Amino acid sequence: MAKVYFSEDHEWISVEGGVGIVGITEYAQEQLGDVVFVELPELGTEVEKGDDVAVVESVKAASEVYSPVSGEIVEINEDLAEAPGLVNQHAEADGWFYKIVLSDETELDDLMNRKDYDAFVEDLD
Amino acid sequence: MRYLPLSADDRAEMLDAIGAASVEDLFCDIPADVRASGVFDLPDHQGEMAVEQAFSALAQKSLSPACAPTFLGAGAYRHHIPAAVDALIQRGEFLTSYTPYQPEISQGTLQALFEFQTQVCLLTGMEVANASMYDAATACAEAALMAARVTRRKAVLISGGVHPHYIDVIRTQLAFTGIACDRLAPDPLGIEDLLGRVSPDLACVVVQTPGFFGGLSDFSALAAQCHANGVLLVVAVAEPVSLGALKPPGEMGADIVVVDGSSLGMPLSFGGPGVGLFAVREKYVRNMPGRLVGQTVDVDGRRGWVLTLSTREQHIRREKATSNICTNSGLCALAFSIHVALLGDTGLAKLAEVNHAAAVALSRKLAAVKGVKIVGPAFFNEFAVMLPKPAAEVVEALAAKGILGGVPVSRFYPSFPELENLMLVAATETNSDADMDALVAALKEVLQ
Amino acid sequence: MIEGQVFPSVPAGTVTGNRGLVVEEPLLFEQGSVAGSGVDLPEPRDVPDGLGGFRRTTPIGLPGLSEPQVVRHYTRLSQKNYSIDAGFYPLGSCTMKYNPRLNEKLARLSGLGDLHPFQPISTVQGALEMMHSLAVWLMELTGMAGVAMSPAAGAHGELCGIMAIRAAQEAKGNPRKIILVPESAHGTNPASASLCGYSVVAIPATSEGRVDIAALKEKLSDEVAGIMLTNPNTCGLFERDVREIADLVHAAGAFFYMDGANFNALIGRVKVADLGVDAMHINLHKTFSTPHGGGGPGAGPTVLSPALVAFAPLPFVRKTKDAFELVETRAQAGEAAHPFGRMKGFHGQFGVMLRALAYAMSLGKDGLRQTSGDAVLNANYLLARLKDVLTAPFDGPCMHEALFDDGFLKDTGVTTLDFAKALIDEGYHPMTMYFPLVVHGALLMEPTESESKQTLDVFIDTVRGLAAKALAGDADFFHAAPRLTPRRRLDETLAARKPVLRWRPDVAD
Repeated sequence: MAKVYFSEDHEWISVEGGVGIVGITEYAQEQLGDVVFVELPELGTEVEKGDDVAVVESVKAASEVYSPVSGEIVEINEDLAEAPGLVNQHAEADGWFYKIVLSDETELDDLMNRKDYDAFVEDLD
Repeated sequence: MRYLPLSADDRAEMLDAIGAASVEDLFCDIPADVRASGVFDLPDHQGEMAVEQAFSALAQKSLSPACAPTFLGAGAYRHHIPAAVDALIQRGEFLTSYTPYQPEISQGTLQALFEFQTQVCLLTGMEVANASMYDAATACAEAALMAARVTRRKAVLISGGVHPHYIDVIRTQLAFTGIACDRLAPDPLGIEDLLGRVSPDLACVVVQTPGFFGGLSDFSALAAQCHANGVLLVVAVAEPVSLGALKPPGEMGADIVVVDGSSLGMPLSFGGPGVGLFAVREKYVRNMPGRLVGQTVDVDGRRGWVLTLSTREQHIRREKATSNICTNSGLCALAFSIHVALLGDTGLAKLAEVNHAAAVALSRKLAAVKGVKIVGPAFFNEFAVMLPKPAAEVVEALAAKGILGGVPVSRFYPSFPELENLMLVAATETNSDADMDALVAALKEVLQ
Repeated sequence: MIEGQVFPSVPAGTVTGNRGLVVEEPLLFEQGSVAGSGVDLPEPRDVPDGLGGFRRTTPIGLPGLSEPQVVRHYTRLSQKNYSIDAGFYPLGSCTMKYNPRLNEKLARLSGLGDLHPFQPISTVQGALEMMHSLAVWLMELTGMAGVAMSPAAGAHGELCGIMAIRAAQEAKGNPRKIILVPESAHGTNPASASLCGYSVVAIPATSEGRVDIAALKEKLSDEVAGIMLTNPNTCGLFERDVREIADLVHAAGAFFYMDGANFNALIGRVKVADLGVDAMHINLHKTFSTPHGGGGPGAGPTVLSPALVAFAPLPFVRKTKDAFELVETRAQAGEAAHPFGRMKGFHGQFGVMLRALAYAMSLGKDGLRQTSGDAVLNANYLLARLKDVLTAPFDGPCMHEALFDDGFLKDTGVTTLDFAKALIDEGYHPMTMYFPLVVHGALLMEPTESESKQTLDVFIDTVRGLAAKALAGDADFFHAAPRLTPRRRLDETLAARKPVLRWRPDVAD
């Protein structure tokens, strides 16, 4: 059973068997507005936790996406090239960005669970 | 003062509404001693007539190419501009409008720029063009930076056939970025070996056709070599009229094409303002600098245009932008576009033929002058001649006879003695047979 | 092709989609055949062809149109543009002032506008004198030691200034790593610093909208190469502590770049040299009235302090005893000069400089002082007469522009953007929106000295009327605006998701 974690930069990561699926949260997509382009990392890239690995663009804004964990990028969501709107429609499902093989699962301890993240977002508004 | 509508009464009423005693009070945040220091050794205002007289006097102090047979090129070419071009760009709706950030009230500028982008693609044989850059030299520098972004490499190679100003601007702009810049020696004969220097370390190779010394090149083999090494090929064109006759860089495999557009639609104006055209392969569009106009629809479903992909730009990306530029060369792009629209396919092709034939005719006349040698391979409307004495002296002597006969290469390369006697000569549709004969006669006298 | 077929949706209710003077106009490429041309050229001379294998083998694909077709096309396009000739642009930070027609006439004089950049220097003395004269005006108006004339625009001038700073730091032995930039800065500032290899560190603003001196002190170090400070700042406020800022920066061995985008508020009143400035660009298309042209060309001459002037880029004009020289190479520049390079082809934006000089001479030192006075008076008048209905985040007096936030729209369902779009229907270009970023939903208004009191009064009444309408709960009215323009709100998401950046034959519809 996959377990989902959240970062203060509004990324989510769903981890199962040492592999994480990363995307931006529902809250983040609402803030951005209509997503028009997602620049994804290259396959095989080794990233450190906190690296800017992707850029998500709306008409009037561009935001860096910081990797919530360290590891190697093993898959990217090719569908986003044709349909960046998936990020708006299903931010926390079909609108995922990349899959990463975690190099240090203890990094997950620094992230929030759903309940804590919801409270975190509540405080921002 | 004719540009200022407020009357003394207006000012008093407005100060009253504000609750300030004087205009000076509104400047109270500026330290008083700084304000007091504002004493200027400058004249007071003048009427329109007086200013006009002053500028007329300045104009008299120069030799206008309109009054002298002129064969100057070196990246700036004198062409006839149809009267309609200047009349249209002086319409206030074009001349005095702002950048089209509010598309509902800027469709005129936006549609014109969309057409401009399309014309640039057609002329260069490329897939996407932006809404223009300051000039070709800065556009070359932007191209080198863009190539470094795309390839994530830190070195560029510049051909010795590229305009020395373009080379200098590239070098200046890259100086502080950590990108190494290797430029080859000036190459009037077109014999440098670029193919052998292409390596997988390079972000791009920058070349030019027609070259600074006039020579023509087909870069197809170079493009293939570049692509085999993951290197981008940047092709510069200083004379856009040549695109009416020559194979476009896009067909040679160029990845980025930069053109100096100022040959078409705008006066020489001592070299500025001009316009840089910038076109790329579609796959690189998000790494491209400069503004882009895109087609879309309005809420009623009608076709319209907007500035788009602006997340690349400085006002959104700030230090991560593709460039720091926030302006293009809008009115010059419009002038270029109107001139190209007037010419059309057949007009531009014919203009190119007239230019080429003029240069061929002139080269034959000059080749017959004792001591003059035409240098280099095939050319379009400009070529280099080797003279029996320093070109700078010859040019000054010709000017004294009222002829603007050429550009001495030593003006750009003063430390290359082998180039001291080399002069660039251009001919366009503006040169009559009488002009050419005057140049030949004067040159004979000067070289005696 | 019939125009009505190109534009299927016809909200105007006319057969064509046209609305009186506003006529639908197809693209150039949807008109004409390839064969025609609007230019009659002489026949080429009968000489052997020298192009051979370099020849183009495919047609270009441009349409061929006659002169009247082209003139009508662009005339119709022009009628879809707003312009300063036709109306008021309260466009903060952009300085949309009147563009005198005398300047256009002079730029076209034979002997100035038609000079070739590489004529022998002896034949262009008038042109060099013109450039030198403008340089003298700019140095005297700012009190600075020198001026780099070649930058092509404001952002290019910023780059020039930061490059000069970098060159000066390198000459001292260490380029350093950081440029400080206040949060409220134009986006060009961090972008320019980044191009010079510097990392950008932001300085926060105080609740008064000015630089936080305590924060500045904290960030200054021996790794800071310089600061870029817009003054008056983008909130329309003069940085009162500017000299303390300059002193702190200089004490840290750094340089003070003042972004001169808003120099029009100071002209004829303050010599920026007295503020401790080391470099400042001047947007000739703002302060000196040269036309915006729908987005350029501009020019950004950059004045320099004695510490930086030796690093000014090539080329520059030098006055000798009896003539003007154009210094184009390092060899010519001499040993005392250390130009950091060349920024632009040829000699800079000559035609723009010429217009600026004509403007300066027309107004003179007395008139230029009057322009800054009237510009600041007009802005304060807007602030005074609107601050009871709009919300002003900072107290006045302001300088040349008045800043409001969207507090007055709270709970109305109307955004700053909606409000601005409603102004379009009333015949105005909107104010600058959502800039500066330090204020929520910013509305930044810059009336300039070109507007009469009557124009401002009618505008004020219009804004007050719209504010009342928003507060009365008529949000739908704002959401539907503009209604009366050649096009209504355009789908920018579609444009960015599926970019169509050129016409192609197969997507003509």
